Amino acid sequence: MPNDPVLRVEDLTVRFTRRNTNVAAVNGVDFALQAGETLTILGESGSGKSVSLKALMGLLPAYAGVTGKVWLNGQEILGLPATALAKLRGGAVSMIFQEPMAALDPVYTIGEQIAETIVQHEGCDNRTAMKRALGLLEQVKIPSAERRLKNFPHEMSGGMRQRAMIALALACKPSVLLADEPTTALDVTVQIQILLLLRQLQEELGMAIVFVTHDVGAAAEISDRIAVMYAGRFVETGTTRQVMRHPMHPYTQGLLSSTVHGGMRGRALETISGSPPNLAELPPGCAFAPRCRYAADACRQGDIPTVTTETGATARCVRAKEMADA
Amino acid sequence: MSDITLQTQLVSRAEAPAAPPPGYWKSVGQRLLRDKTTMAVSLLLAAILFITLGAPLVTHYDPYVGSVLTRLKPIGTPGHWLGTDETGRDLWTRLCYGGRLSLLAAILPVTISLIVGGFLGILAGYAGGWTGTLIMRTMDVFYAFPSILLAIAICGLLGNGLSNSIIALAVVFIPPMVRVSETVTTQARNLDFVEAARASGTTTLQIIRYHVLANVLGPIMVYATSLISVSIILSAGLSFLGLGVTPPQAEWGLMLNSLRQAIYVQPYVAALPGLMIFVTSMCFNLMSDGVRGAMDVRLNK
Amino acid sequence: MSAALELDPRDRGGPAQPLLVVENLKKHFPVRGGLLNRQVATVQAVDDVSFSVRKGETLGIVGESGCGKSTTARLLMRLMEPDAGSVIFDGDPVGDRHGITVNDMRRQMQMVFQDSYSSLNPRMTMAESIAYAPRMHGLGRKSAYDRAENLLSRVGLNPRQYARRYPHELSGGQRQRVNIARALALEPRMVILDEAVAALDKSVEAQVLNLLSDLKQSLNLTYLFISHDLNVVEYMSDRVMVMYLGRVVEAGPVESIYRHPRHPYTRALFASKPTLDPDRRTTEMPLTGDPPNPINPPSGCRFRTRCAFAQPRCAATTPPLAAPFEAAAPTHVVACHIPEAQVYHA
Repeated sequence: MPNDPVLRVEDLTVRFTRRNTNVAAVNGVDFALQAGETLTILGESGSGKSVSLKALMGLLPAYAGVTGKVWLNGQEILGLPATALAKLRGGAVSMIFQEPMAALDPVYTIGEQIAETIVQHEGCDNRTAMKRALGLLEQVKIPSAERRLKNFPHEMSGGMRQRAMIALALACKPSVLLADEPTTALDVTVQIQILLLLRQLQEELGMAIVFVTHDVGAAAEISDRIAVMYAGRFVETGTTRQVMRHPMHPYTQGLLSSTVHGGMRGRALETISGSPPNLAELPPGCAFAPRCRYAADACRQGDIPTVTTETGATARCVRAKEMADA
Repeated sequence: MSDITLQTQLVSRAEAPAAPPPGYWKSVGQRLLRDKTTMAVSLLLAAILFITLGAPLVTHYDPYVGSVLTRLKPIGTPGHWLGTDETGRDLWTRLCYGGRLSLLAAILPVTISLIVGGFLGILAGYAGGWTGTLIMRTMDVFYAFPSILLAIAICGLLGNGLSNSIIALAVVFIPPMVRVSETVTTQARNLDFVEAARASGTTTLQIIRYHVLANVLGPIMVYATSLISVSIILSAGLSFLGLGVTPPQAEWGLMLNSLRQAIYVQPYVAALPGLMIFVTSMCFNLMSDGVRGAMDVRLNK
Repeated sequence: MSAALELDPRDRGGPAQPLLVVENLKKHFPVRGGLLNRQVATVQAVDDVSFSVRKGETLGIVGESGCGKSTTARLLMRLMEPDAGSVIFDGDPVGDRHGITVNDMRRQMQMVFQDSYSSLNPRMTMAESIAYAPRMHGLGRKSAYDRAENLLSRVGLNPRQYARRYPHELSGGQRQRVNIARALALEPRMVILDEAVAALDKSVEAQVLNLLSDLKQSLNLTYLFISHDLNVVEYMSDRVMVMYLGRVVEAGPVESIYRHPRHPYTRALFASKPTLDPDRRTTEMPLTGDPPNPINPPSGCRFRTRCAFAQPRCAATTPPLAAPFEAAAPTHVVACHIPEAQVYHA
């Protein structure tokens, strides 16, 4: 391996225990990410993709049990005390959200918020921080940045706010950017602008991006690698090409075939029957087995092995080999 | 398509059509029956109601006739097991009869404010516009005064007496009642399902009856029940101050006042009316919590 | 099944008469502000929109936020009063002395909303919600519940399992199925689907789209399908109408629009669509900036502020919706002044 990974996650597990229910939201997630690489975690609602991201940032409520190991630039961070973790947030690792209005403080201007973050993490004076903030707004291609610096979040349009939030996240040159569905709430024409911007910023700054989405189209546009998540587990990983062109796991196949795209008129859509499992009562074996048309007896018991192909793609499926050949 | 039709036929043939589902209020009742605290509290309230309304059945003394010989007897005295008051009247009897006025003076104002305030609030919330503004701004004027001061002022203006205390408390409770019902109605009116009901071509009255009232009456009733506990304390307070019921009538607040002088002689006897006020008010509070829980469909699976 | 169209006793004008004709529909919202709550601006939510929907077809309306597509739906259902314009349902002007009443129209035209949860009364079971409208229209309690259970199984939910459930006990996809059943309870001829699948996961979305196609065929429905998702609109619609800031910029048969989009906005919109092909990623931004605020929109052609071809005349006059110059498909109409802008670059 040429470089050490910027971010390495091993056996990340999240349990929500409340009263008498035990919700297994994330069940052992492993991945490693190099600088300048984008990993997309693709999954539907309740798959655990956002929870994984929040667990990395230490943003989950106290009743969530988070176990596993996370190394950021070689340093294990899950065991860190809260104050040290808070210093990392917005510094070496930062996050952007689906709803910028919720992430930005409505009573401060965009400039003040970015400058505040820079002052806090780097301890420079206000004027230098403000200058840096201006540079950041220009970097995320906000037109007439000087004027926008003095805008409050509510005075900006949705796309501009999303750019401002990206500028805020980039303020301290993070080595890892966590993106939680940042394009979901945007219009099509704005969504593609943000995706292109993220791609370009990554080239300039060399940061690693973990991009969480339910949108196959956005995933195809931005990622180097894709991890498909179902019921708290990565069921398939591989390069974007591998996953999109030759999906091995029946869930990935179903997800791709039920995503409507051009030229499907007149054909009935192939769907995945049923609905996602209850995370409080996961079935034994493969969690997808009850909805899977290929399910065999081996799928309903014991641990499902992860199969790795020669090209490095993985699938957590008993019949992965057959699926790949088919 | 064909399998859908087939499914329809299968369903209609194989399964006897299930009976229409239980209505919303019926399911609330079922949930209430399962709630132990609320059931216990309701039993206690029923007992209090029984001894007050059925006072002649549980005691043979006259609540207004005492004897100098039996003044201020302690708890446990033979014949007067809860003791006697400062004029020698049996305290158990006084408590039973006194509950009648206390409960009447507490529940009636809340009922009046529920009807008047609920109507005004739902009107303000559903109509909105000028009507709503006019009603709400008028209510704001009453909000400018602390409730107990307002009650005392109205009583002082009208003179003392049971009916005046009821009127005073009703006036005090109407503004918060209007505000609560206006808020929940405004919320309900803007929900998509009310719009969907409009889109299905039903009349405004039908929409209010089936969609607005069902979602609005619950919170309003819960609020009203919790007001009863406040009302018991306030009406007792008015009597205590001599603004409500007048002697020799029995009423818990008034009894507390007249037994006040005996507090060093028979402290436990003197505390009994206060205990009744506390227990009854607590029961109404707990019951309103229980009803609130039973009406929230989301809490119960 | 197709014979049923002629057999429908409510059909008045025959198959040639459009089921819905909308003419010059307009809705402006005042924006109030300041100390005295005076009108300070106007949101031109829907401005001079005309279109028609033929019997048995699906008309797709596509556009970004603020383009007026949802307002149009609400105006059609008369959930708001239009400022101007007329709606003609199967030859009868709606709300007109010589036509049909709004209530009669609503029995034949129903709507499914985006938010599956808030569009169901949380205090009513599924069967009650579905049976509500038929009961209010005079159907007996027993028959209304029978109809509700029939509809539940029709949308793929076992009535024995779901009839007595409350909205919070169902998943989003199941709730949307109930909403569809509710919309069908009055046996409408037309259903407006306002972003009906937008909030659903992709695998569930596909299930609901299949259901909608099946229902349309078996019940001879006409759909007005409103969505921001270009792929879904292409999949569902026979004809498509593209809206931008309250106006129609392009309309026509789905193949013609998707293969040869003419209006610069339509082209930019399609170019913004993710490619789903990692080897042919988008490299250039088709458009910069956000859609302008619908408060006080640009004069003339509303797209001119973001259009690469804009000329002075675009600001001066509003381009009419007309067939393009070479008249390839006369049913394909575009609202653009500049012929060069309409040349399709393959």
